[in-house]
Amino acid sequence: MTQLTDTPFTIAGRDFRSRLLVGTGKYKDFTETGAAIAQSGAEIVTFAVRRTNLGQDADAPNLLDVISPKQYTLLPNTAGCYNAKDAVRTCRLARELLDGHNLVKLEVLGDDHTLYPNVVETLKAAETLLADGFDVMVYTSDDPIVARELEAMGCCAIMPLGSLIGSGHGIQNPHNVRLIVEQSRVPVLVDAGIGTASDAAMAMELGCDGVLLNTAIAHARDPLRMANAMKLAVEAGRDAFLAGRMPRRQSADPSSPFAGRING
Amino acid sequence: MSTPNESIQLTLNGEPYAMTAGLTAADLIEQLGLGGRRIAVEINEQIVPKSQLAATPLAAGDQIEVVHAIGGG
Repeated sequence: MTQLTDTPFTIAGRDFRSRLLVGTGKYKDFTETGAAIAQSGAEIVTFAVRRTNLGQDADAPNLLDVISPKQYTLLPNTAGCYNAKDAVRTCRLARELLDGHNLVKLEVLGDDHTLYPNVVETLKAAETLLADGFDVMVYTSDDPIVARELEAMGCCAIMPLGSLIGSGHGIQNPHNVRLIVEQSRVPVLVDAGIGTASDAAMAMELGCDGVLLNTAIAHARDPLRMANAMKLAVEAGRDAFLAGRMPRRQSADPSSPFAGRING
Repeated sequence: MSTPNESIQLTLNGEPYAMTAGLTAADLIEQLGLGGRRIAVEINEQIVPKSQLAATPLAAGDQIEVVHAIGGG
């Protein structure tokens, strides 16, 4: 069997084998988090930064005990931030938390009903973070013009939503995602809305460099099984993209030859 | 001048917090049982690096944030 090769998936100068990035939210417990993430094969793992619960058991397990910074590339997010200032503060706290690690997922949200990106504040935050030496993977709308602007500023990955965060509605505007893929020189990842394996495969078939998802695994009936499905879907979608799909036809085209039929 | 047992009011993670005057950020972290834990500290919207906690005195009115990593996507 031929060993198939692929170009490396490079984020901010580092090569990765897995094109699936996963979040750590919404799991039943840290054991399930750790198991699902291991099953997914993901190498880049997102987490959130929040106030410590004061007065509670200080010996309680910590997420970073399960998702070790030695084993995974950790990607702190700015989820819950609705303006540039809060997002920048959160990134700086994350960098301190991770001893200077400067890769972040920037997301500045518009409101808590849609969690839709506020692109004005996102652009402002990106400018400050890039000037402060961060490598910025940016969650944004599926607007190709905004995506181009973010890339020109120096963001290291453009991450348009497929649909609303946590909605599981898949990729609602594949044409826009394709436009972003075609124009971008930095990696493009679909970052929200993936509901099931076919959505992840579709993102990859559109030519995306990767997929970032969380709820689709965490809220599956069997998260470990879905983690595996997502791993395979991203690989399958990537191979399908590289292979180049057959042209669509209006009429049928038999796979078995006409010649030599017994009724011919 | 603060007397040794005088207490100061801080805001810690958005809540009022009383602490003995004359102590440092490192003392606060120890007092909270978070010494050696993977946390990050911000005082008045400025990051205080781990290496600087012991050299950072706390003053009345300081707004302190102590954060850690939790699950998120």
